[in-house]
Amino acid sequence: MNIIVCVKRVPLTQEVDLEIDDTGKKIKEDALAYVINDWDNYAIEAAVQFQEALGGEVTAVTIGNEDDEEVLRRALAMGADRAVRIDPGDLALDGYLNARILAKTISELDYDLILTGVQSEDQNTGMVGIMLAEQLGLAHAAVTNGVESDDGAAKVRVELEGGIDEVSRIQLPALLTIQTGINEPRYVSIMGIRKAKKKELKVMSLEDLGFAPEDLTPQTRIEEVFLPPETEGAEMIEGDPGTTAETIIRIMGEKGVTV
Amino acid sequence: MGDIFVIAEHRNGEIRDITFEMLQKAGALAKDLSCGVTAVLLAGPGEPFADTLSKWADRVVVFEDERLKTYNSDLYTGILTALVQEQQPFLTLMGHTSWGLDYAPALAVRTGCPLATDVNDILLEDGRPQVIRQMYSGKLFSRVSFDPSEGYMITVRPGAFQVEMTGDQAGTVVSQNLPEDLQSPRREFLEFEETAAGDVDITQADLLVSVGRGVGEADNISAVQELADLMGGTLSCSRPVVDKNWLPKYHQVGTSGKSVKPKVYLALGISGAFQHVAGITGADCVIAVNKDKKAPIFRVADYGIADDLFTVVEALKAKAKGA
Repeated sequence: MNIIVCVKRVPLTQEVDLEIDDTGKKIKEDALAYVINDWDNYAIEAAVQFQEALGGEVTAVTIGNEDDEEVLRRALAMGADRAVRIDPGDLALDGYLNARILAKTISELDYDLILTGVQSEDQNTGMVGIMLAEQLGLAHAAVTNGVESDDGAAKVRVELEGGIDEVSRIQLPALLTIQTGINEPRYVSIMGIRKAKKKELKVMSLEDLGFAPEDLTPQTRIEEVFLPPETEGAEMIEGDPGTTAETIIRIMGEKGVTV
Repeated sequence: MGDIFVIAEHRNGEIRDITFEMLQKAGALAKDLSCGVTAVLLAGPGEPFADTLSKWADRVVVFEDERLKTYNSDLYTGILTALVQEQQPFLTLMGHTSWGLDYAPALAVRTGCPLATDVNDILLEDGRPQVIRQMYSGKLFSRVSFDPSEGYMITVRPGAFQVEMTGDQAGTVVSQNLPEDLQSPRREFLEFEETAAGDVDITQADLLVSVGRGVGEADNISAVQELADLMGGTLSCSRPVVDKNWLPKYHQVGTSGKSVKPKVYLALGISGAFQHVAGITGADCVIAVNKDKKAPIFRVADYGIADDLFTVVEALKAKAKGA
């Protein structure tokens, strides 16, 4: 089974104070550390597990600049066979354009299954995978938390709200967006990443794909970004740990929970 | 101008709350735009949803078919594409739910309408919609505009709009036939399976001691379990803890786990993703401990402590033992 997995490098923003840049339309990204998008890590693992069980090749694809190759090398170290990076230059991308660029890239490749994460940690739109499926004319399932090969098709488990999974059978080729927790992504060592440098990593421009700049108009634009209002929210409890603990236990008592 | 369409979501014989939340917002926008609200229902034959929806919209368009008893990607996308092309709604609202995430992007591509997802608020600017949505798991908000189009599409975050309408309208119900060229589904529903049942029932506890990603590793959970035991509380957790297999799924609070209603919810190292917060709206009092003073959990908690969770856990244990 040949599998394409789409991945993205995202800034790590937990426990970081975000600052807005001069344009007012994005955050200052220079000082941030970058990681593989959490959902994509699970998608790579799912792809590699299929390959180990059923054979075939795994191709990792990303849209980004040279620094973003880090996540491709990571995918290669986890077991992907080759990687493709599409360099979008300075083009402003929304979910729709990302899907179009990926669709053009992947339409030239051979695949039975395409995996993406459910969403990216930065934009949180959750639209790219399914837009990609539609542009390629593929059957799809969003928010997949289980998948097994089933006689030329696949049996997929989709996570619904309220602790319910929906089990269905899907024809191949298909695209699945992968939910976190579907598997345990393998550990990647520095040595593993270094060894993976021997594997093929192809870089393509938008021109290579046959796009003219005027073809690529985003459907949505960020007009401004802003930090959440600070006025609303919790009453903060200050003080040393002992005092804090006493206060918590007192509040609990007031709410009818005695310790 | 075309209507505002709201695509109804239902499961196991019930219309889901998100449907009414969208109808609420659609009603308010329709007043400003002087257009109507159409609820769109795809359902099995004889299901009673259309009557209910007619109390909430000017018009209900109903597609009935045995295969529509439960959601199906290809049928929803195919039927809704034909309907949107025929009736040209100004705006189409869908739930930002697992099913909405499954068909909305496909519908947007097939109809050519621009789409914004996971939207918290909808504004009108020169007669065109703009949306407010969150990025970076709630650490940043953005205002997003659309490329000019005949119609626009939005998926709405569950819980974003409070239902204030009472459902006292008398909308008309219009039955429509399925499109003739509807493609046969490439995905076949097999069954629903409950995944959150288990040994511990977190929905009945008065005190939930709840642990999130901030706990760092599996071995650290025992310290929090000890605190829960000392305080007579029940241990619960957020999604990352289950994703990493540190606790079984029946401990999970949130959209994909359980909704809880304790007297006190003690959130330890939980950042406060909206899927988690949606599960604790029934809690009487939320006390949050997180190292990150900008963590979104502090926006919904009643009390907050910006500190290392283990420092607070150890201090609480000492006090609980001494009490």
